[in-house]
Amino acid sequence: MSIPLDKREITPAPPTARPAAGSSDWLARAQEAVLPPIVALLIAAVVGDVLILSYGQSPGTVYRLLVEGTWANAYGFGQVLYKTTTLTFTGLAVAFGLRAGLFNIGAEGQLAAGGFMAALVGLLLPSGLPALLTLPLYIVVAAIGGGIVGAVPGALKAKFGAHEVITTIMLNFVVLALLNYFTAAHLAVAGTLHTNAVHSGALSRLATFWNGFHGSAANLVLFIAIAVTIAAWWYLFRMRGGFELRAVGLQPEAAEYGGVNVGRVWITAMTLSGAVAGIGGLNFVLGYKGYYEDGFASGAGFMGIAVAIVGRSHPIGVLLAALLFATISQGGLAVNALVPQQIVDVLQAVVIIAVAASVPEVRRLLRAAAGRAAASLRTA
Amino acid sequence: MTNPSTGGPTEPLAIRLTGIVKRFGPVLANDGASLEVRRGEIHSLVGENGAGKSTLMRVLSGMYEPQAGRMEVDGHDVTGWSTAQAIEAGVGMVHQHFMLVPTLTVAENVTLGRELTRAGQLDRERAIRDVRALSERTGLTVRAEQRVSELSVGEAQRVEILKALYRGARILILDEPTAVLSPPEIEELWTVLRGMRDRGETIVLITHKLDEVMAISDTITVMRHGRTVERLRTADTTPAAIARAMVGRDVQLVPDHVSAVPSSGRPAAIRPGGPLFTVEDLHVSSPSRAEAVAGVSFTIAPGEILGIAGVEGNGQSELLDALAGFRPARGRIAIDSRDITGLSVKARGDAGLSHIPEDRHLRGLILDYTVAENLILGQQHRFTRGSRLDESRIRANAARQISDYDIRPRNASLPARALSGGNQQKIVIAREMARPFQVLLAAQPTRGVDVGAIEFIHARLRSAREAGKAILLVSADLAEVLALSDRIAVMYGGRFVAVLPRADATPEVLGPYMTGADRGDGRNP
Repeated sequence: MSIPLDKREITPAPPTARPAAGSSDWLARAQEAVLPPIVALLIAAVVGDVLILSYGQSPGTVYRLLVEGTWANAYGFGQVLYKTTTLTFTGLAVAFGLRAGLFNIGAEGQLAAGGFMAALVGLLLPSGLPALLTLPLYIVVAAIGGGIVGAVPGALKAKFGAHEVITTIMLNFVVLALLNYFTAAHLAVAGTLHTNAVHSGALSRLATFWNGFHGSAANLVLFIAIAVTIAAWWYLFRMRGGFELRAVGLQPEAAEYGGVNVGRVWITAMTLSGAVAGIGGLNFVLGYKGYYEDGFASGAGFMGIAVAIVGRSHPIGVLLAALLFATISQGGLAVNALVPQQIVDVLQAVVIIAVAASVPEVRRLLRAAAGRAAASLRTA
Repeated sequence: MTNPSTGGPTEPLAIRLTGIVKRFGPVLANDGASLEVRRGEIHSLVGENGAGKSTLMRVLSGMYEPQAGRMEVDGHDVTGWSTAQAIEAGVGMVHQHFMLVPTLTVAENVTLGRELTRAGQLDRERAIRDVRALSERTGLTVRAEQRVSELSVGEAQRVEILKALYRGARILILDEPTAVLSPPEIEELWTVLRGMRDRGETIVLITHKLDEVMAISDTITVMRHGRTVERLRTADTTPAAIARAMVGRDVQLVPDHVSAVPSSGRPAAIRPGGPLFTVEDLHVSSPSRAEAVAGVSFTIAPGEILGIAGVEGNGQSELLDALAGFRPARGRIAIDSRDITGLSVKARGDAGLSHIPEDRHLRGLILDYTVAENLILGQQHRFTRGSRLDESRIRANAARQISDYDIRPRNASLPARALSGGNQQKIVIAREMARPFQVLLAAQPTRGVDVGAIEFIHARLRSAREAGKAILLVSADLAEVLALSDRIAVMYGGRFVAVLPRADATPEVLGPYMTGADRGDGRNP
């Protein structure tokens, strides 16, 4: 059994003494989970004020507009929910990898592959099939599409020690280029870069059930996202597979000692990660447009990294972080009249950086790096 | 509190720390700790693992900033200084884990950061000359031109000390320096340290080995729970008194070598039918060495402890890795005549192999998992309902082990990280002893564990022997090997250079084998 384990420095336990009062334990943990995003939002708000003022606008007006354009009206909120759906899937995908100690940068390609596979099958199906029949098929097919794209880097790491960051990044280019080719050369409706609509199984928008959402893209896939979130939580924290997966992510050597086949867990985690991202493709393909369009992922896969980090790789946290980023993103459109939409991109970046700098895991990484630098300085 | 006189007001103390507080999140590592060391003395800083010794010394050497308290060096207030300032003022620390560049020579490592140049070029000759001179003056013998990667652990440690001295250290802090040394190397180190003291330099030694404290130090500070509980003069105290101060109650120290010879009437548990654990001609390679283990064979009978003595880095870790299934090996490993050579880690566990790994922070525990979760690590497949973890059985198991093994605090949902070293090790011991097993690999079972827990762990190992288990004990602590083993093998250069019955093994006999001075004939029983 030779597994190419990363030779990571195990951060030594902070010199253990008596842990402080145990009763406030969960309170401390809750604070630790909630405080970083709140602080990050405050910092982002301050930076936002400065930017808005520099455009000669009043921050109050702009923020009011942002809220009105997102949560304060049904259409805007519907759009927020639509974006939340995709980001939840990609965020969960990245979080799944992180829990196993893997940095999956490939959610973009996995998302696109899942959507493409779903559209492909949708084009082969006869029309008029009931959604109750087609939906499970679509989910499986999209999961397979994304899962294959995820499994490849997992297997390369397990077998050859190839670093997943490199392989997932590179695979994005390969997958997106291939999908572009198939779409453009074989499947696209003339003059466009999208396929025909699937013959059956397209899902209803939420506007069908409540007219207030009229015009927004929010659709039933939102509930699939919530179900997958719960399933991911259940798997990670209640199943033996999740126990072993998280063990591998925290301390691969200890997991190996505990009889876990580390390489197999890597492959499993990357496959599940890709599958979750792949299912996210349904949001656009079945829920919104009804067809596959080249480039529909448009960065949602990469944004999943930020969602996972801000969500602390916890499924519920991911869901909330997805809602946050979807709000900021939709809010950007709402305030476009007063300030450039890019201001919102800057705010998004500030939130990511502030959270990344304040969550303990990242702080620990930074401290370890600083420690190494300091050590080499001490030698100097 | 005994308070040795601290010198007149005219002569400032070399080190004076008062009321040092250092907190890591919820963990209070130093809680008003103090330390006073006079110039030109060897001072031992002792305490259980987790007592806050290393933290206090890292505060002194500028690595950590204290949240409260006052630090004085040579009478100057240096509270919260940086490592650079500490080095500038002549405070040098030698860490447990060496910080050397393996591809550079001894001279290059020693002068790193203070490179001598001539006309903008490195002056290699002068560096070598300087290091040689320093080496001769201090008695720290090293070859200045040798690459660090070719050095033994003991030599690497000498380079670390030289490095500190080269930068002008007059106050030298050594963090558990003997953990990696053989008995003769320890003696050499003592000679060097005494020489330095006699030249007026000040030495602080972090340790929890009481024989060392008695052998080398002039004065002693005992820490417990982040506080300084006692300051003693070595001449006025006894190991038992120090142990009591460390733990806060009476403890039974590891018995003397001779009295620890197992009673001859013991092997009631031995069954007919031959050895329980068999290893034949095992060869193991590591990334750095092709033959890290070069043909090792041994058997262990039921109810027997085979101890492996030897300086660390002579193939013990690779041997353990191969036996546990982390590393491929050539040869044959069998439990009760069942060949397990090709089995996975999990299958070996199911075949009756239990393993206390040598590094609990790397392998033995998942520090962010709870005590309860750690207590099922490696047996998670036995605690399931379907593919779901069976929470109620995991909780029940934890409650039982916590009370059987007196794991403190008695809270199964704390992360293992929050426990002291001794209690962390008890988790590992509890888990590995509670599972069904025939053969136990016990690697460094008491490393970094306080005296109270050592006593407890040794008793558990003995009772496993009484129960007829076959135990392979690997320990860097010779006293431990001598105290527990029925037979002792000495490992050097990947081979067993000697296998002796306990009665024939004394530190004097084993020493030459351990250093490779006597390669023996590798005679096996």
